[in-house]
Amino acid sequence: MMTQSVSATSTPPVPELAINTRDLNLWYGTFQALFDINLKIKKGIITSLIGPSGCGKSTFLRSVDRINERLGYVRIKGAIEVLNQNVYAPEVELAQLRKQVGMVFQRPNPLPISIRENVLFGYRIHNEKMGRIAKSEADGIVEDALRQVLLWDQMKDRLDHKASVGLSLEEMQKLCIARLLPVKPSILLMDEPCSALDPKGTAAVEELIWELRGRYSILIVTHNMAQARRASEECIFMLMGRVVEHSPTDQLFVTPTHRETADYIEGRYG
Amino acid sequence: MNPSHANTFDARDKNWYLDKGFEILMFFCGISAIVFVVGIFLFVFKEGMGFIIHDMNLGEFFLSPKWRPTSLNQPTYGIMAMVAGTAAVTVLAMAICLPFSIGAAIYIAEFATGKTRETLKILIEFLAAIPSVVWGFIALSIMNPFIIKTFDVPMGLGVLNSALILALMAAPIVTSIAEDAFKAVPDTYREAAEALGATRWQTIYKVVLPAAKNGLLSAGLLGVGRGFGETMAILMASGHSINIPTSVFDSFRALTATIAAELGETAVGSPHYQSLFAIGIFLFFITFLINMTADFIVRGVRKG
Repeated sequence: MMTQSVSATSTPPVPELAINTRDLNLWYGTFQALFDINLKIKKGIITSLIGPSGCGKSTFLRSVDRINERLGYVRIKGAIEVLNQNVYAPEVELAQLRKQVGMVFQRPNPLPISIRENVLFGYRIHNEKMGRIAKSEADGIVEDALRQVLLWDQMKDRLDHKASVGLSLEEMQKLCIARLLPVKPSILLMDEPCSALDPKGTAAVEELIWELRGRYSILIVTHNMAQARRASEECIFMLMGRVVEHSPTDQLFVTPTHRETADYIEGRYG
Repeated sequence: MNPSHANTFDARDKNWYLDKGFEILMFFCGISAIVFVVGIFLFVFKEGMGFIIHDMNLGEFFLSPKWRPTSLNQPTYGIMAMVAGTAAVTVLAMAICLPFSIGAAIYIAEFATGKTRETLKILIEFLAAIPSVVWGFIALSIMNPFIIKTFDVPMGLGVLNSALILALMAAPIVTSIAEDAFKAVPDTYREAAEALGATRWQTIYKVVLPAAKNGLLSAGLLGVGRGFGETMAILMASGHSINIPTSVFDSFRALTATIAAELGETAVGSPHYQSLFAIGIFLFFITFLINMTADFIVRGVRKG
């Protein structure tokens, strides 16, 4: 899918960007967590973000959809452009930004409502201004989203059950991905989406993420280097709030250009 | 002491006895609550039992609005008017109190931060520290003329006045329980909703309120319990005339106020005296029921 979109553009050397940051600096109170981040993350591929704990990878991820601001003491300098628009421009409306940029969290966090309403939650928020959504339309949306995350067969008979009980973590995480899809985001941010799952669940969710590439630009934070290697096309290595290296995944793991990257992927720290 | 190995671990020194002593002391403190509750219940029951067995006519007690315990030839003991008055005031008070209290709780739990939040919490708890007789003063000297002037009615003591006072009195407990209910909603829900593009209000309305609904229900029930049990302020604000209220300006008499006003003037052991205890038993059951329900609902929340 990815190769299609690239070959369709007539000027191959300039790939379209999903996220483009310019001199991004971020402070939590007086603590600076990000230093001069300049990243060009390409559209339609999976980019993984690796680095030791506290290197700022989650912070960066959470500043793309501005969910960081919930904390109230976050300060930012520089710019993050999502689809060529600075998300920190004063006219940006958070609801619209988050419609474009979906997020999957570390712990699966289905809302305490039915499975069906979980899938429809975002869709209702963005589309219900004109009036109620017809039941047939809603049914179609729910089925389509659950099919895309390979949950339809397990869930079709219990759509009205609560999503917060009786589901395995793997199913919950898939549901959390499914509820992003009806909103039709162009970017999916994933903050260690498999770290709460067992190996089987991890494999299943990874496979799903791989299925979704091309249709969405995916930026995934992971602690698990094997996962980054398996499941991403480009890889970014961060250390102490700075980007050390950003290159195609194969290249980064086989011939890293920086000493720190090599040390990290060999497991000397982190 | 025997220095052999067998006794190496037998070191019952001062600390050991202190520890045991405290354990026993704490045990008695712990069960004293049960002892007192049972004791009070037994006492009230014993005092009211004579009336319930000999003089009470169940139909008359609950269905007659005529409370004439001092009548010489034909005393009647009907509490219907008082139940109606108490219930009417409680319902109206909750209708006033709940929206404001839950609104305040939403503001404190979801919007206010730092100093604002702490100040507000202290102020609201301060409301709970005002003695109930002071609320009675307010009812008599501020609300009464205010209601007379505003609504152009002959008397400002009655259902409306009592309900307003009761709403203010119940507000602190309802607010703080509702706030606890909001705090118990995991922040991940809010984060998930906001990440999907929900605004603060949509998040509260669609996620936080439904998730907190059991806690809110029990907050409301505790408010109702407060309404049934409140005595002094209601005695002063109600007008204290036996009457089934048909408008919010009508005077009424509360169950609790009847006991407070009449108990001192009855002969111990007389049917009148015992009938007041029967009212006490009735109140005891109602508040017990309400508190138990609230408790069960809160437990339900914890289980998920």
